Amino acid sequence: MTPNIIVLMPAYNEAHRIGAVIDGVRSALPQGRIVVVDDGSTDDTVARALDYDVTVLRLPFNMGYGVALQTGYKFAVAQRADYLVQLDADGQHDPAGIARLLERVQGDACDICIGSRFLEGQPYRIPFTRRLGMALFRRVASRLLGKTVTDPTSGFQAMNRRVLEFFSRDSYPVDYPDVDVLVMLHRHGFRISEVPVQMHARASGVSLHRGLRPVYYLFKMGLDIPLNLMRREK
Amino acid sequence: MDIRQKILAAVCGVSLLLVIIELVRRRKLRVEYSWLWILAGLTILVIGMNYGLLQWITNFIGAGFTSSTLFFFGIFFVLALCLQFSVKISKLETQVKNLAQELAVQRPQTQDSRKEAPEGDPGV
Repeated sequence: MTPNIIVLMPAYNEAHRIGAVIDGVRSALPQGRIVVVDDGSTDDTVARALDYDVTVLRLPFNMGYGVALQTGYKFAVAQRADYLVQLDADGQHDPAGIARLLERVQGDACDICIGSRFLEGQPYRIPFTRRLGMALFRRVASRLLGKTVTDPTSGFQAMNRRVLEFFSRDSYPVDYPDVDVLVMLHRHGFRISEVPVQMHARASGVSLHRGLRPVYYLFKMGLDIPLNLMRREK
Repeated sequence: MDIRQKILAAVCGVSLLLVIIELVRRRKLRVEYSWLWILAGLTILVIGMNYGLLQWITNFIGAGFTSSTLFFFGIFFVLALCLQFSVKISKLETQVKNLAQELAVQRPQTQDSRKEAPEGDPGV
Protein backbone atom coordinates (compact mmCIF):
# COMPACT_ATOMS: atom_id res chain seq x y z
CA MET A 1 0.00 0.00 0.00
CA THR A 2 1.38 3.41 -0.87
CA PRO A 3 1.85 5.61 2.15
CA ASN A 4 -0.30 8.68 2.54
CA ILE A 5 2.10 11.62 2.35
CA ILE A 6 1.15 15.24 2.87
CA VAL A 7 3.36 18.14 1.85
CA LEU A 8 2.51 21.08 4.09
CA MET A 9 3.17 24.65 3.01
CA PRO A 10 2.18 27.45 5.36
CA ALA A 11 1.79 30.64 3.34
CA TYR A 12 1.25 34.28 4.16
CA ASN A 13 1.11 36.74 1.28
CA GLU A 14 3.16 34.58 -1.09
CA ALA A 15 1.02 35.02 -4.21
CA HIS A 16 4.06 35.73 -6.38
CA ARG A 17 6.13 32.76 -5.33
CA ILE A 18 3.74 30.01 -4.32
CA GLY A 19 3.12 28.76 -7.86
CA ALA A 20 6.78 28.11 -8.51
CA VAL A 21 7.18 26.34 -5.18
CA ILE A 22 4.13 24.12 -5.84
CA ASP A 23 5.61 23.26 -9.24
CA GLY A 24 8.87 22.33 -7.58
CA VAL A 25 7.17 20.16 -4.96
CA ARG A 26 4.98 18.48 -7.57
CA SER A 27 7.97 17.37 -9.60
CA ALA A 28 9.97 16.39 -6.52
CA LEU A 29 7.17 14.30 -5.03
CA PRO A 30 4.35 13.57 -7.51
CA GLN A 31 2.57 11.17 -5.13
CA GLY A 32 2.38 13.69 -2.28
CA ARG A 33 -0.77 15.59 -1.48
CA ILE A 34 0.05 19.29 -1.27
CA VAL A 35 -1.72 21.18 1.48
CA VAL A 36 -1.33 24.96 1.59
CA VAL A 37 -2.34 26.63 4.83
CA ASP A 38 -3.25 30.22 4.09
CA ASP A 39 -2.54 32.28 7.18
CA GLY A 40 -5.05 35.04 6.47
CA SER A 41 -3.21 36.42 3.43
CA THR A 42 -4.39 39.76 2.10
CA ASP A 43 -3.14 39.11 -1.44
CA ASP A 44 -4.03 36.45 -4.03
CA THR A 45 -2.18 33.61 -2.34
CA VAL A 46 -5.26 31.38 -2.17
CA ALA A 47 -6.31 32.01 -5.77
CA ARG A 48 -2.77 31.40 -7.05
CA ALA A 49 -2.49 28.20 -5.03
CA LEU A 50 -5.86 26.99 -6.33
CA ASP A 51 -4.57 27.31 -9.89
CA TYR A 52 -2.92 24.01 -9.03
CA ASP A 53 -4.25 20.70 -7.84
CA VAL A 54 -3.73 21.36 -4.15
CA THR A 55 -5.80 21.54 -0.99
CA VAL A 56 -6.00 24.94 0.66
CA LEU A 57 -6.88 25.42 4.31
CA ARG A 58 -7.83 29.00 5.07
CA LEU A 59 -7.39 30.48 8.50
CA PRO A 60 -9.95 33.26 9.02
CA PHE A 61 -7.26 35.72 10.11
CA ASN A 62 -3.51 35.94 10.37
CA MET A 63 -2.43 33.84 13.34
CA GLY A 64 1.26 33.28 12.81
CA TYR A 65 3.58 30.63 11.45
CA GLY A 66 3.13 28.14 14.29
CA VAL A 67 -0.66 28.21 14.16
CA ALA A 68 -0.55 27.71 10.40
CA LEU A 69 1.78 24.74 10.79
CA GLN A 70 -0.35 23.19 13.51
CA THR A 71 -3.45 23.59 11.35
CA GLY A 72 -1.69 21.45 8.77
CA TYR A 73 -0.72 18.87 11.41
CA LYS A 74 -4.31 18.61 12.61
CA PHE A 75 -5.54 18.22 9.05
CA ALA A 76 -2.93 15.53 8.40
CA VAL A 77 -4.00 13.63 11.50
CA ALA A 78 -7.65 13.89 10.43
CA GLN A 79 -6.70 12.59 6.97
CA ARG A 80 -4.74 9.74 8.52
CA ALA A 81 -1.53 10.80 6.83
CA ASP A 82 1.41 8.47 7.40
CA TYR A 83 4.06 11.12 6.80
CA LEU A 84 4.23 14.86 6.45
CA VAL A 85 6.86 17.07 4.90
CA GLN A 86 6.76 20.78 5.59
CA LEU A 87 8.46 23.55 3.69
CA ASP A 88 8.05 27.29 3.42
CA ALA A 89 6.01 28.69 0.57
CA ASP A 90 8.49 31.50 -0.06
CA GLY A 91 10.91 29.41 -2.06
CA GLN A 92 13.58 29.36 0.62
CA HIS A 93 13.55 25.58 0.88
CA ASP A 94 14.58 23.70 -2.24
CA PRO A 95 11.96 20.97 -2.90
CA ALA A 96 14.76 18.70 -4.14
CA GLY A 97 15.49 18.01 -0.48
CA ILE A 98 12.08 16.44 0.15
CA ALA A 99 13.09 12.97 -1.00
CA ARG A 100 16.10 12.95 1.31
CA LEU A 101 14.05 14.00 4.32
CA LEU A 102 11.27 11.51 3.65
CA GLU A 103 13.67 8.64 3.07
CA ARG A 104 14.96 8.90 6.64
CA VAL A 105 11.52 9.01 8.20
CA GLN A 106 10.02 6.34 5.96
CA GLY A 107 12.99 4.10 6.62
CA ASP A 108 12.20 4.54 10.34
CA ALA A 109 15.69 5.89 10.98
CA CYS A 110 14.01 8.65 12.99
CA ASP A 111 10.60 10.09 13.85
CA ILE A 112 11.40 13.56 12.61
CA CYS A 113 14.07 14.61 10.15
CA ILE A 114 15.29 18.18 9.87
CA GLY A 115 16.75 19.65 6.73
CA SER A 116 19.96 21.42 7.67
CA ARG A 117 21.50 24.15 5.57
CA PHE A 118 24.79 23.87 7.45
CA LEU A 119 25.72 20.21 7.11
CA GLU A 120 27.32 20.93 3.78
CA GLY A 121 28.81 24.34 4.32
CA GLN A 122 27.35 27.81 4.54
CA PRO A 123 24.71 28.27 1.84
CA TYR A 124 24.13 32.01 1.70
CA ARG A 125 24.99 35.14 3.61
CA ILE A 126 23.15 35.38 6.90
CA PRO A 127 23.24 38.62 8.90
CA PHE A 128 25.73 38.57 11.76
CA THR A 129 23.19 38.93 14.60
CA ARG A 130 21.08 36.12 13.25
CA ARG A 131 24.15 33.95 12.80
CA LEU A 132 25.08 34.63 16.40
CA GLY A 133 21.61 33.61 17.59
CA MET A 134 21.70 30.48 15.46
CA ALA A 135 25.10 29.52 16.87
CA LEU A 136 23.85 29.99 20.41
CA PHE A 137 20.79 27.82 19.95
CA ARG A 138 22.81 25.24 18.07
CA ARG A 139 24.96 24.89 21.19
CA VAL A 140 21.98 24.78 23.52
CA ALA A 141 20.10 22.26 21.39
CA SER A 142 23.12 20.03 20.91
CA ARG A 143 23.81 19.99 24.64
CA LEU A 144 20.22 19.22 25.61
CA LEU A 145 19.66 16.66 22.91
CA GLY A 146 22.97 14.95 23.57
CA LYS A 147 23.88 15.06 19.89
CA THR A 148 25.00 17.59 17.36
CA VAL A 149 22.27 19.59 15.74
CA THR A 150 23.52 21.97 13.09
CA ASP A 151 20.32 23.77 12.12
CA PRO A 152 17.71 23.61 14.88
CA THR A 153 15.88 26.65 13.53
CA SER A 154 15.15 25.03 10.17
CA GLY A 155 11.49 24.79 9.17
CA PHE A 156 12.20 22.23 6.44
CA GLN A 157 11.21 18.95 8.09
CA ALA A 158 9.66 15.54 7.59
CA MET A 159 7.87 13.61 10.32
CA ASN A 160 5.80 10.52 10.92
CA ARG A 161 2.30 10.20 12.31
CA ARG A 162 3.37 9.86 15.93
CA VAL A 163 5.03 13.26 15.76
CA LEU A 164 1.98 14.73 14.01
CA GLU A 165 -0.27 13.58 16.80
CA PHE A 166 2.13 15.01 19.34
CA PHE A 167 2.25 18.35 17.51
CA SER A 168 -1.54 18.56 17.39
CA ARG A 169 -1.74 19.04 21.13
CA ASP A 170 -2.19 22.37 22.87
CA SER A 171 1.34 22.09 24.24
CA TYR A 172 2.73 22.88 20.78
CA PRO A 173 4.24 26.38 21.00
CA VAL A 174 2.43 28.19 18.26
CA ASP A 175 4.22 31.53 18.14
CA TYR A 176 7.77 30.46 17.31
CA PRO A 177 8.04 26.69 17.10
CA ASP A 178 11.77 26.17 17.14
CA VAL A 179 14.52 24.78 19.35
CA ASP A 180 12.04 24.41 22.18
CA VAL A 181 10.06 21.96 20.06
CA LEU A 182 13.15 19.83 19.55
CA VAL A 183 13.79 19.78 23.28
CA MET A 184 10.17 18.80 23.87
CA LEU A 185 10.36 16.04 21.27
CA HIS A 186 13.57 14.71 22.72
CA ARG A 187 12.09 14.65 26.21
CA HIS A 188 9.18 12.62 24.93
CA GLY A 189 11.45 10.05 23.38
CA PHE A 190 11.14 10.98 19.72
CA ARG A 191 14.15 10.31 17.52
CA ILE A 192 15.49 13.38 15.74
CA SER A 193 17.97 13.44 12.88
CA GLU A 194 19.28 15.82 10.25
CA VAL A 195 20.08 15.64 6.58
CA PRO A 196 21.72 18.32 4.45
CA VAL A 197 19.39 20.35 2.22
CA GLN A 198 19.68 23.34 -0.05
CA MET A 199 18.27 26.63 1.10
CA HIS A 200 18.15 29.96 -0.62
CA ALA A 201 17.99 33.44 0.82
CA ARG A 202 14.49 34.88 0.68
CA ALA A 203 13.85 36.57 -2.61
CA SER A 204 10.80 38.54 -1.58
CA GLY A 205 8.18 38.89 1.10
CA VAL A 206 8.76 39.57 4.74
CA SER A 207 10.94 37.44 6.94
CA LEU A 208 9.76 36.29 10.35
CA HIS A 209 12.94 37.70 11.82
CA ARG A 210 12.57 41.43 11.60
CA GLY A 211 12.40 44.45 13.86
CA LEU A 212 12.37 43.60 17.54
CA ARG A 213 11.29 40.04 16.90
CA PRO A 214 14.79 38.57 17.33
CA VAL A 215 14.88 40.06 20.83
CA TYR A 216 11.53 38.51 21.69
CA TYR A 217 12.72 35.30 20.10
CA LEU A 218 15.78 35.20 22.34
CA PHE A 219 13.62 35.87 25.38
CA LYS A 220 11.11 33.24 24.41
CA MET A 221 13.66 30.51 23.82
CA GLY A 222 15.52 31.48 26.97
CA LEU A 223 12.35 31.02 29.00
CA ASP A 224 10.70 28.21 27.10
CA ILE A 225 13.55 25.74 27.04
CA PRO A 226 14.15 25.68 30.81
CA LEU A 227 10.38 25.59 31.43
CA ASN A 228 10.05 22.68 29.04
CA LEU A 229 12.62 20.84 31.08
CA MET A 230 10.70 21.61 34.27
CA ARG A 231 7.31 20.53 32.96
CA ARG A 232 6.03 17.08 33.67
CA GLU A 233 3.64 16.05 30.97
CA LYS A 234 2.54 12.64 30.08
CA MET B 1 -11.23 61.12 60.74
CA ASP B 2 -13.06 63.90 58.99
CA ILE B 3 -16.75 63.22 58.38
CA ARG B 4 -16.35 64.36 54.74
CA GLN B 5 -13.77 61.63 54.16
CA LYS B 6 -16.17 59.08 55.60
CA ILE B 7 -18.97 60.27 53.37
CA LEU B 8 -16.73 60.13 50.29
CA ALA B 9 -15.57 56.59 51.11
CA ALA B 10 -19.12 55.47 51.80
CA VAL B 11 -20.43 56.95 48.55
CA CYS B 12 -17.59 55.34 46.54
CA GLY B 13 -17.98 51.95 48.19
CA VAL B 14 -21.76 51.83 47.92
CA SER B 15 -21.79 53.08 44.30
CA LEU B 16 -19.24 50.49 43.28
CA LEU B 17 -21.27 47.73 44.91
CA LEU B 18 -24.48 48.93 43.29
CA VAL B 19 -22.89 49.13 39.84
CA ILE B 20 -21.46 45.60 40.21
CA ILE B 21 -24.77 44.14 41.31
CA GLU B 22 -26.57 45.89 38.46
CA LEU B 23 -24.01 44.61 35.95
CA VAL B 24 -24.42 41.06 37.20
CA ARG B 25 -28.21 41.44 37.12
CA ARG B 26 -28.05 42.54 33.46
CA ARG B 27 -25.66 39.67 32.75
CA LYS B 28 -22.97 42.11 31.60
CA LEU B 29 -20.60 40.85 34.26
CA ARG B 30 -20.34 37.19 35.04
CA VAL B 31 -20.72 36.07 38.62
CA GLU B 32 -17.31 34.40 38.51
CA TYR B 33 -15.65 37.80 38.05
CA SER B 34 -17.96 39.77 40.32
CA TRP B 35 -16.67 38.41 43.62
CA LEU B 36 -13.35 40.21 43.27
CA TRP B 37 -15.09 43.52 42.61
CA ILE B 38 -17.58 43.03 45.41
CA LEU B 39 -14.63 42.38 47.67
CA ALA B 40 -13.04 45.66 46.52
CA GLY B 41 -16.24 47.61 47.16
CA LEU B 42 -16.67 46.13 50.63
CA THR B 43 -13.05 46.87 51.48
CA ILE B 44 -13.46 50.54 50.52
CA LEU B 45 -16.59 50.72 52.64
CA VAL B 46 -15.11 49.04 55.71
CA ILE B 47 -11.82 50.97 55.62
CA GLY B 48 -13.64 54.24 55.02
CA MET B 49 -15.97 53.75 57.98
CA ASN B 50 -13.31 52.46 60.28
CA TYR B 51 -10.16 54.60 60.36
CA GLY B 52 -8.84 52.65 63.34
CA LEU B 53 -8.65 49.51 61.23
CA LEU B 54 -6.60 51.32 58.58
CA GLN B 55 -4.24 52.59 61.28
CA TRP B 56 -3.92 49.14 62.72
CA ILE B 57 -3.06 47.66 59.31
CA THR B 58 -0.56 50.47 58.67
CA ASN B 59 1.10 49.69 61.97
CA PHE B 60 1.00 45.98 61.35
CA ILE B 61 2.79 46.13 57.98
CA GLY B 62 5.17 48.83 59.21
CA ALA B 63 4.15 51.53 56.74
CA GLY B 64 4.80 55.18 57.62
CA PHE B 65 1.48 56.70 56.54
CA THR B 66 -2.02 55.38 56.23
CA SER B 67 -2.12 56.76 52.70
CA SER B 68 0.81 54.52 51.66
CA THR B 69 -1.10 51.53 52.97
CA LEU B 70 -4.05 52.47 50.80
CA PHE B 71 -1.89 52.99 47.71
CA PHE B 72 0.03 49.80 48.31
CA PHE B 73 -3.03 47.61 48.53
CA GLY B 74 -4.77 49.53 45.75
CA ILE B 75 -1.92 48.98 43.31
CA PHE B 76 -1.47 45.40 44.41
CA PHE B 77 -5.14 44.73 43.76
CA VAL B 78 -4.95 46.21 40.26
CA LEU B 79 -1.83 44.19 39.49
CA ALA B 80 -3.49 40.98 40.63
CA LEU B 81 -6.47 41.80 38.47
CA CYS B 82 -4.26 42.39 35.41
CA LEU B 83 -2.60 39.05 36.00
CA GLN B 84 -5.97 37.36 36.17
CA PHE B 85 -6.91 39.00 32.86
CA SER B 86 -3.66 37.85 31.26
CA VAL B 87 -4.37 34.29 32.32
CA LYS B 88 -7.88 34.53 30.94
CA ILE B 89 -6.67 36.06 27.67
CA SER B 90 -4.10 33.30 27.23
CA LYS B 91 -6.84 30.74 27.63
CA LEU B 92 -9.15 32.59 25.24
CA GLU B 93 -6.36 32.85 22.69
CA THR B 94 -5.84 29.11 22.75
CA GLN B 95 -9.56 28.59 22.33
CA VAL B 96 -9.75 31.04 19.41
CA LYS B 97 -6.75 29.35 17.81
CA ASN B 98 -8.34 25.93 18.11
CA LEU B 99 -11.62 27.25 16.70
CA ALA B 100 -9.92 28.90 13.72
CA GLN B 101 -7.96 25.72 13.01
CA GLU B 102 -11.06 23.59 13.31
CA LEU B 103 -12.82 25.84 10.82
CA ALA B 104 -9.93 25.65 8.37
CA VAL B 105 -9.62 21.87 8.69
CA GLN B 106 -13.38 21.34 8.26
CA ARG B 107 -13.50 23.37 5.03
CA PRO B 108 -10.62 22.39 2.80
CA GLN B 109 -10.69 24.15 -0.57
CA THR B 110 -9.67 22.63 -3.86
CA GLN B 111 -9.95 23.56 -7.51
CA ASP B 112 -13.31 21.80 -7.67
CA SER B 113 -14.74 23.63 -4.69
CA ARG B 114 -13.69 26.89 -6.31
CA LYS B 115 -15.61 26.06 -9.47
CA GLU B 116 -18.73 25.43 -7.43
CA ALA B 117 -18.38 28.67 -5.51
CA PRO B 118 -16.45 31.20 -7.57
CA GLU B 119 -15.19 34.36 -5.93
CA GLY B 120 -14.83 32.71 -2.66
CA ASP B 121 -14.57 34.21 0.68
CA PRO B 122 -14.97 31.08 2.77
CA GLY B 123 -17.86 32.80 4.46
CA VAL B 124 -16.37 32.98 7.91
